[in-house]
Amino acid sequence: MVQFTLNGRRVSFEGSGSRRLLDVLREDFRATGTKEGCGEGECGACSVLIDGDVVDSCLVAVGQVEGRDVLTIEGLSSPLQQAFIEHGAAQCGICTPGMLLAAHVLLQRTTRPSADDVREALAGNLCRCTGYTKIIEAVLSCGT
Amino acid sequence: MSCLRYRWRGRGAGLSAQPWKFLLLNMVTAVGRSVPRRDGASKVTGEARYTDDLVVAGAWYGKTIRSTIPRGTIRSITLDPAYDWGGSRVVLVTADDIPGDNVVDLIRDDQPVLARQGGEIRHKEEPILLLAAADRSTLEEAAEHIRIEYVPAEPVFDPAQASEVYTTIEIRKGDDVEAVEGVEVVVERSFTVGLQEQLYIEPQGAIASPTPDGGITVIGSLQCPYYVHRALKRALKLTDQQAVVVQAETGGGFGGKEEYPSMVAIHAALLARKAGRPVRLIYDRHEDLAATTKRHPGVITHRTGVKKDGTLLFQNIDILLDGGGYCTLTPVVLSRAAIHASGPYSCPNVRVRARAVATNTPPNGAFRGFGAPQSLFAAELMVEHVAERLGISSVDLRRKWMLRLGDTTATGQKLTESVSSDLVLDAALKAVPPVPPVSPSRPSVRRGRGLSLVFHGSGFTGSGEKKLSGTVAMEALADGTFQILTASTEIGQGTKTIFCQLAADALGVPMGRVTVAPQDTSLVPDSGPTVASRTAMIVGRLVQEAATEITERLKREKAPLRVEKSYIQPDSLHWDETTYRGDAYPIYAWACTIADVDVDVTTGAVRVTDLVTAVDCGKALHPVLAEGQVEGGCLQAVGWATIEEIKMKDGGYQNDRLATYLIPTALDAPNIRTILVENPYSRGPFGAKGIGELPMDGPAPAIIAAIHDATGVWLDEIPATPEKVIAALARKPA
Repeated sequence: MVQFTLNGRRVSFEGSGSRRLLDVLREDFRATGTKEGCGEGECGACSVLIDGDVVDSCLVAVGQVEGRDVLTIEGLSSPLQQAFIEHGAAQCGICTPGMLLAAHVLLQRTTRPSADDVREALAGNLCRCTGYTKIIEAVLSCGT
Repeated sequence: MSCLRYRWRGRGAGLSAQPWKFLLLNMVTAVGRSVPRRDGASKVTGEARYTDDLVVAGAWYGKTIRSTIPRGTIRSITLDPAYDWGGSRVVLVTADDIPGDNVVDLIRDDQPVLARQGGEIRHKEEPILLLAAADRSTLEEAAEHIRIEYVPAEPVFDPAQASEVYTTIEIRKGDDVEAVEGVEVVVERSFTVGLQEQLYIEPQGAIASPTPDGGITVIGSLQCPYYVHRALKRALKLTDQQAVVVQAETGGGFGGKEEYPSMVAIHAALLARKAGRPVRLIYDRHEDLAATTKRHPGVITHRTGVKKDGTLLFQNIDILLDGGGYCTLTPVVLSRAAIHASGPYSCPNVRVRARAVATNTPPNGAFRGFGAPQSLFAAELMVEHVAERLGISSVDLRRKWMLRLGDTTATGQKLTESVSSDLVLDAALKAVPPVPPVSPSRPSVRRGRGLSLVFHGSGFTGSGEKKLSGTVAMEALADGTFQILTASTEIGQGTKTIFCQLAADALGVPMGRVTVAPQDTSLVPDSGPTVASRTAMIVGRLVQEAATEITERLKREKAPLRVEKSYIQPDSLHWDETTYRGDAYPIYAWACTIADVDVDVTTGAVRVTDLVTAVDCGKALHPVLAEGQVEGGCLQAVGWATIEEIKMKDGGYQNDRLATYLIPTALDAPNIRTILVENPYSRGPFGAKGIGELPMDGPAPAIIAAIHDATGVWLDEIPATPEKVIAALARKPA
C-alpha cells in the first residue's frame, strides 16, 4: 500500500508500487487532468508537483510518492488560470494542466520572473498550438 | 497586447457619421472583442474531457498489429495454437471480419482497413490485425503469439524513380513559357522540403461502443465528424442512423486529425462489434509517430525568365510530391501546392506541372497549409535568387511583381477585392527595428534578416464548397436562448467562441444566450470538415446568415424555431476542374514575415530570434484567437524550417519517438510579433477571411533568406539542420 497526499487529501493506493504515477492518478483517482503525451518524459503533459517540484508523472513509479505531497491540476487554485484564459494561453488545452503547474512553481520561487525565466521554466512542457507567446505573456502578467 | 492593428478603410468601411452610435454599437457587440473563450475554464482546471479521459464501463483495450516490411505480400498469419485465444480473454479481428468494404473511404478506394492474408503491403506500419482484451498485459501477451510472414518485394523510396502516379496537374497561363520573347535573364533552381509530423500533443484515439440497434457509436479525437461517419458506414455497412460519431475534446489536429481518425474509428468499431462491448483504441506517441500521416515532402524546381530591369516574363515550375503508400488526400494537397506555386505574383506566362507519386513509405496527408507551404517556400526563395542575380533588392522586386487589385493569378482568377500584398509588406517593414549587432562575446555568431510575402486561398479549392454544400442549423428555444448546430469542431482554434460571437451579434443578444450543440452526427448537420481555413469564414458566414434569418422570423413567429442554412456558391465564382482555370479560391489572405536569425558558423546551429508577421485576416473576429493562430502556425513553420527532421530507414521513420523527433520548446521559440491587418472581404462574416493555414507559409523562406543574409550561403533544402549549414558553409568560396 502506498500512502500519499493528493491535492491536500490523504489517500492510499493498494496495488503494485511499480505502476506509473500517471496511470494511478488517471485510472485509480480519476485525476484525468494529468495527460499522457509521450510516455517518456519529453512533453510535460503529465507534469505534476511532488513536494513542490515539477515532475513528469509518466517517469515516476507510484511507490516513489510514499509519504509525499502530490499536486495535480485538479488541486491548483492560482491567478494563472484566469490569466491563461484572458491571454489566450490555452488553445487545444492538452498541455495546459502541465504548463500551469510548471508556471505555478516558477511564480512560487521567483516573484517577478523575466521572459527568459519563463521560457526556461516552461522548457520541459511542449505546446504545439500557441507558439508559447501567449503563455509567456500570461505568466508574466501574474508576476508581482 | 503587443499587436498593432491597422484598419484599412476600403469601400464602405469608414467611420459612421454618428460617432456616438459607432461607439455604442462597439460596446455591445461581441465580434472584434477578445472575449473569454468558451472552453477556457474547463481547460485550465483539468475538467475538459479528452478521449482517453472518458470512463466507459466494461470497455476493453484495443491494439493494432502492423506490417514490419515496406512492400510485399502477406504469406501467412499464424496464431500460436498453444495460446488461449478464447473470446472471453481476447478478441482478434482480421480483414475477414469487415462487414462492409475493406476500404478507408476518402478520395480513392486504395487504402484497406486491414491488409488481408495474401494481400499487398505497401508501407511499413500498415494495419493487418486488431486485438482487444480486458487489460493491457493480456493484449501485449497475445500480440506476441501472432506470427506474420511476408513475401517481400523491392520497395520504391525515391519519388523521382516512382512509376505509380497518384495525380498530375497542369496550370497554363499566357504563352508557351519557353517561347516568350524579350527574356534577358533566366534563373533556375531546385528546392527540397522534408517530411513533418503534426505533433498534436494528444495522440490519436477513439472509443467505440456497440448500440442496441446493431450500430456503433464512436467518440474520438478528430477534426471531421462526417468524414469518420462516412468511413464507418462504409466499412461496417451501417445506416446513417446506426453510425454515430462524437468528437471528444481534441488536443490539437493541424490536419493530422483530418483523415487518419477514420482509420482509428473503424478499427475501434470492428473490435467493439466483434467483442460485443466497448473498446478503447488509444495510440501511444510511438505508434502515432510511426504510423500516422506526415506533411508531403517534395522537390520544386523553378525556371524564371525576366528582363534586366526585373520585369517578370515567365515562371516555369515543376512540383514533385511524395504521397507515400496510399493516396489519402494527396490529389487535393497537390492541387493547393500547384495553385500557390507561382507565389503572390503577377506573371503573364506561367506553366506549373505538378505530380504526386506513390512510394513505399507510410502515407502522407493533411497538415496545416496543405501543399502551399511547400510550393511557396520555393516561390519565395526564387524571388531572392532572381533579385540576387539582377543585383536588386528582393523587396523592390516583390513590389514590382506582387499581385494587386485587378491582377490575375496563375489560374486566371481576377482579384477584385481584399488584395493586401502592399498592406502587409508595408506593415511588416514598418514594424521591425534595425537588426541589432551581435555581442562581441559571441564571435562565431552571424546575424541576418530575411523576408517573405505569401498569400493563401481561404476555404476549399475551386468547386469544393459548392460540391459539399455545408449546412448549419440554428434553433431559437422557448427559454430565449439560441443553439448553434454544426459539425465544425473546436480543436483549439476557437470555433465555439467565434461562432457564439457571430451569432450573438447577428441576433442582437448577449453571448451568454447562445450555446453550441455537441459535435455529434446524430444531432448536428454536416457543415463540412474543419480544414482548409474554412471554419470561421465559410461556416461562420452560414452561422451569421442563420442568425439573421431567425431574427427576422422571430418578428412574426414564436420560439421554438429552427433554421438551416446551406452554402450557395456566388454566381461570380467560376472554376473549371479540367483546365485548372478560374477562381481557385473565393478569396486570399496575405502575410509578410520578417525573420531574424543567429547562425553559429562553427556549430551550424540556427536560432530564429525574432519573427514579425503582418497578416491580413479581413476582420479579426477575436484578436487574441487570431494572434494565437498566427503565432502557433509560425512556430510550426520555424520547426519545419530548422529542427524538425524525419530520418528514413528501410521505409520507416528512424526517429519515431518524441525523444528523437524534436519540436520547438519555449526556449527555442522566437519572439513572435503579430500585426493584424484588416482588409475586409465582402462575403466573409463581418469581413473575415480564413487564416488558419496562412502562418505556416511564410516563416520558412524568410528564415532561409535570413541565413543567407547572415552567412552568404543559400540553402536549397529544409530543415536547415546544423549538418546542412556546415556543409553549405564549407562549399562557400573563400
